[in-house]
This record gives sequence, structure tokens and C-alpha cells, in this order.
Amino acid sequence: MTDVWRTDERIALRKVVRDFTEREIVPSLAQWEEDGEVPRSLHKAAAAAGLLGTAFPESVGGQGGSTIDNTVVSEEILYSGGSSGLLSALFTHGIACPHIVASGDPALIDKYVRPTLAGEKIGSLAVTEPDAGSDVAGIRTRAVRDGDHYIVNGAKTFITSSTRADFITTVVRTGDDPHHGISLLVVDTDSPGFSVVRRLSKMGWLCSDTGELSYVDVRVPASNLIGAEGSGFIQVAQNFAGERLGLAVHGYGVAQRALDLTVAYTKQRIAFGKPLISKQVVRHKLVEMTRAVDVARTYAHSIIERHCAGEQVFAEAAMAKNQAVEACSFVVDAAVQLHGGAGFMRDTEVERHYRDARLLPIGGGATEVMNDLIAKALFG
Amino acid sequence: MNIVVCVKQVPDTYEEKKLSDADKTLDRESVEGVMNELDEYAVEEALRLKEAHGGEVTILTMGPEKAVETIRKALSMGADSAVHVVDPALHGSDALATSYALAKALGTIEHDLVILGVESTDARMSVIPAMLAERTGAAQLSFARKVEVDGSTVKIERQTDTGYDVVEAQTPAIVSVVEKINEPRYPSFKGIMAAKKKPLTTLTLADAGIEASNVGLSGSGTSVAEFAARPPKQAGTIVKDEGDGGVKLAEFLASQKII
Ligand SMILES: Cc1cc2nc3c(=O)[nH]c(=O)nc-3n(C[C@H](O)[C@H](O)[C@H](O)COP(=O)(O)OP(=O)(O)OC[C@H]3O[C@@H](n4cnc5c(N)ncnc54)[C@H](O)[C@@H]3O)c2cc1C
Repeated sequence: MTDVWRTDERIALRKVVRDFTEREIVPSLAQWEEDGEVPRSLHKAAAAAGLLGTAFPESVGGQGGSTIDNTVVSEEILYSGGSSGLLSALFTHGIACPHIVASGDPALIDKYVRPTLAGEKIGSLAVTEPDAGSDVAGIRTRAVRDGDHYIVNGAKTFITSSTRADFITTVVRTGDDPHHGISLLVVDTDSPGFSVVRRLSKMGWLCSDTGELSYVDVRVPASNLIGAEGSGFIQVAQNFAGERLGLAVHGYGVAQRALDLTVAYTKQRIAFGKPLISKQVVRHKLVEMTRAVDVARTYAHSIIERHCAGEQVFAEAAMAKNQAVEACSFVVDAAVQLHGGAGFMRDTEVERHYRDARLLPIGGGATEVMNDLIAKALFG
Repeated sequence: MNIVVCVKQVPDTYEEKKLSDADKTLDRESVEGVMNELDEYAVEEALRLKEAHGGEVTILTMGPEKAVETIRKALSMGADSAVHVVDPALHGSDALATSYALAKALGTIEHDLVILGVESTDARMSVIPAMLAERTGAAQLSFARKVEVDGSTVKIERQTDTGYDVVEAQTPAIVSVVEKINEPRYPSFKGIMAAKKKPLTTLTLADAGIEASNVGLSGSGTSVAEFAARPPKQAGTIVKDEGDGGVKLAEFLASQKII
């Protein structure tokens, strides 16, 4: 049977990503966690290695390939010592750019997508507001047409990479209809009236900056509208499946790493005269962790394959996310437990994964919201 | 400027290497094969020269079937084509025999310049560049930390213990490079996808005009008489400082005849 995940090319890609992670990420990750952000030089280096553009067509400055290739990149960064926070910081364009690409607008693509995939610009996607998170249709940031501009007023919060960003793909209200009154507008962060109110301090994802944003009478050229006015909700929704599958990869990827670290640790840690891994209770726990990771990955892989084949996998992507996130929560908790006191220490890698993993059941669609969607698909 | 880069697949530096008991050659099947690290610098330098002056970069590899993975990596970095000399009769070739086979293979490729790493991490002989120059009659520019090309003139900075020499030659020339020369690029995704479609020529002994009697174990001038594993590390001596640490250290060093 041919395994699409291990073709010659994808094995070669894994090697490059592992090399890149070990050389350019792992040695500095602790520093970036302390800094609260990753440097622009990392975006440049990743772009030079061709890692930012997988699954983006060559016609917009990408590397081509599919979500499978993109998944291979994320997996391998996680397996070789990166982190969920690192992925969110370095690959924010994965949520900030797809709508611009899909719109096919050459001016927007040249101005925002190409330089971002070249590692020269950073973009964010701003949906969440202080009063609206899971309920996207509840957003209130308003864009009012004024000649060939929009005037934007409102606030966004919890926005990844926004304190470093050059542009923010902003979800705005252009009409009163909950769904059809929503549009997407690219806002340059140097526009007068736009400001980063503060950089939020967090439990995890420390190397990924998260900002609270304010828009006061920000004049945005109408040409920065992505797609048609009123099509914002559909555009955001069209990316849901891909985004959720991406977070499923974070889930089983982090879990796999935490598992690998724990197997290594329990092999070398001696307690009561023998390595920890010789204890039946420990062995069974490691087996359960392995099972959780493998089931989550296998299911996610199969849904990603169907997604790549063009199938509609709305509910399945949500299930893949929940399955992987649940596996991750279980595995990182067990990993910390099996590391004992060391697992509670800042210098121990699983401690970081434990904190980082806590976001996964909340971000990109909370577990309960996913379950609601799945229920609707299954039972009407 | 057409350039050939000689690239060798070697066992991963970090893996345990084994010699086979039967013929005392390296067991290449049991370990992960990677591109000899210095050859990555050689490929990078060739690609930079090509980007500046035009021409084509061809990878030349002698090695078993498996070495094709390493050839692909060089192609995915951006080389244009590759020649793989592969023949069971080559198994066990020493440096002399290898340089003979490579020189023959070089004869099948049109080129102005040959670039290679100064040594391979498995054999560490560091003689192939010189032997190739001798066999092909090309000028030898060794230990290059910088290469400049102007028409048919090739100028290098040759790394020495105390500094560098500037050495110049006319093409055809053979340049061996040190790791100071550049920072090798990562193969890009696009490069990886394109690599399989690039021309890869396979040469047997007959194709390259290599005499079987000059290569392989029997055609080699040297042979491995015996080998032994590195002895396990001995536990060190720990000197506990109870106010007299300095004296104890000095006594230890004296007992080892170091001071
Ligand atoms: C580190 C970080 C980075 C983020 N990055 C971005 C970003 O880049 N861009 C962006 O737009 N947003 C971002 N977010 C916001 C994130 O998408 C939201 O936090 C998430 O959608 C949940 O929304 P909320 O926080 O408003 O929670 P709420 O919607 O208030 O929900 C709170 C909780 O209530 C429960 N709940 C919600 N709805 C239901 C329901 N229907 N049924 C049952 N229970 C329910 C869930 O347990 C949920 O966790 C980020 C958040 C964090 C923490």
C-alpha cells in the first residue's frame, strides 16, 4: 500500500524540517519564550528554506503542494523539538492569508501574500472581540463606507502575532444581518487610529505574542476589502475545516513529542533500583499514551487526505480536532506526572507542552462548539 | 561555467558504525546514509557560482544503489543533473581505486570545474581531490575558503593554519572546499518536488570505461588488516575538595606525568 505520508519527497521534506528545527529553532526557543515573541529573522530563515509556503500555490509566491505537505512540516517541527506556540507564531499567515489567496485579487496578493511568504511581512487574523469569541456572528467592529475608503471602529482581542504584525485581516461588520453583514478587510498596522492596546500575558504559547487591538476611525482603502462585501462569514467558515485540522495536528504532534520525551525519561530514571519504565503501571500508562496519539493521528490523517481530495469534511474535521486535543490533554498531563518533580520545572520540556496544550481545547473552536457542530451534522 | 560536484554518501556521523567481519569494509546498509557534510558546502558553492556565472551543475556520486537518496538531496538543493556510478564490482574500493573510477566518470561529463569537500567523514583520508587532479591533469586548488571565477581563471583563498594563501589557476581545475566557505542552503519544498524529474544517469563500469581489475577490494592498493572497536570509556577520578583540592589535583597531574 502506498502511504501518501511517506513518499520519497515527503521523507526528504521531513529531513529538511527536522534539520531546520534542530538548527534554527530548538537552540533559541527558551529565549523566545522569555522574549514573548519570535524574531523576524526566523520568518526570513523559514522562508529561505521554503517552509512558509507549503500548500500555497506558486502563483502567489508559495511552494505548491497540499495540506498533506503542510501537515508534514508542522508534524516534523513538533516531533523534533518545536512547540505549538512556535507553530502559531511562525505560521500565523496560515490563518491570515488564505482568504486573500482565494479572492484572487492580484493587488492584495502582491502587497500582502507574497512578502509574507517571503518572510518579509507578518500578518494576523482578527476575529475575536472582547464580547464575541465562539459566536463569530456576534462581532461588532464596524466598517462604514466613506467614498473609496472604509472607516473602521471597534476592538479585537486575543489576536496572535498582532503586536508584531504589519497587517491584520480583520473581520468587520458592514451590515446588520448577523451573517451576511460581515466582511473581511486588510488593515495596515501603521494606519492612523489603529493601535495595539497591550500585549497579553498568558499561561502558555509564550513565544507567540498575543495582542489586544483598538480601531478608532481607521481609514482603510476600499480596495483592501477581501472578496465581496457581506461575504466575510462564508470566507471565514470556508477555512474552518483547514484550521481545525491544523489544530488537530498541533494536538497529536505535541502529544507525540511529550510521549517520546517521557519514554526516554522513564528509561533512564532509576527508582527503587530499576528504571521507571520497568514498572507495569508506568508501562501501561505509556501504552495508553501511545494509543491515544496513534488513534488521533491516524484519524486526522484520513480526514486530511479526504479534505485534500476535495471532500466536504466539516463535521469530521471538528471530530479530528476534538480527538487530537483530548489525546494531547491526556498525554501532556501523564507526561508531567511521569517526570515527577522535574515535570513541574520550567527547564523541563514537557512542562512547556503541558501549558501550551491547555489552549488547544479552547482556541480555533472550543470543544463544546465543535460538539455542537458535529451534533447538528449528525442529528440535524 | 559547467561544474561537477563530487558527492559521497556517508553513514550518519552520530550513528554507531560497523565494519563487516567478512571483508572488513564499512557496513553501509545498516546505517542511515547522509550527504558527506563538506560536500554540502561544495554543492552550495557550485550553486552560487552557477547563479553568478550561469552554466550547469552536475552531481557525480560513486556508491551503492542507496546513495541515490543523497544524489536526490543535492538535486533538491538545485543541481541540474546527476551521474551515479554504481556497480557491485566497485565494492571495497580504496582511495586510489575510487579516484581512478571518479576520474573515468568525470571523462563522460563536460565540465570546467570540479568541486568537492576536502574530506569525507567516514574515511577521513583527504586525498581524493589531489588524486583526481593528478589523474585528470586538472589544476588543484585545495582547502578553499573562498572561490572566485573570472572567465577561465579560478582564484581561491586557501585556508592555512595561520591565515590563507591566494592561489590561482586556469580551468579545468579541481577545487576542494572547507566548511568556512559558505552556509549551505536547505533543499526547498519546490526543489524536493523537482528532484525526481531531473536527469539522473547511471553508469556501470563498462559505461564509464572503468577496468574492473583497478577497482574493488582486489583492485585496491591498500587493505584493512584488522579492526577493533574503540575501548569503552573508563570512569574518571573524582577529586573531592576538602580544603586540599589544589594539592590533590597537582598530585594527580604529577602522577600522570603531566606536570
Ligand atoms: C492564545 C490565544 C490565541 C488566539 N489567537 C486568536 C487569533 O489569532 N485570532 C482570533 O480571532 N482569535 C484568537 N483567539 C481567540 C480564540 O479563538 C477564542 O478564545 C475562542 O474562539 C473562544 O472564544 P472566547 O474566548 O470568547 O470564549 P467564549 O466564546 O466566551 O466561550 C467560553 C467557553 O464557553 C464554552 N462555550 C462556548 N460556546 C459554547 C456552546 N455553544 N455550547 C457550550 N459551551 C460553549 C466553552 O467551554 C468555551 O471555552 C486566541 C485565543 C487565545 C487564548
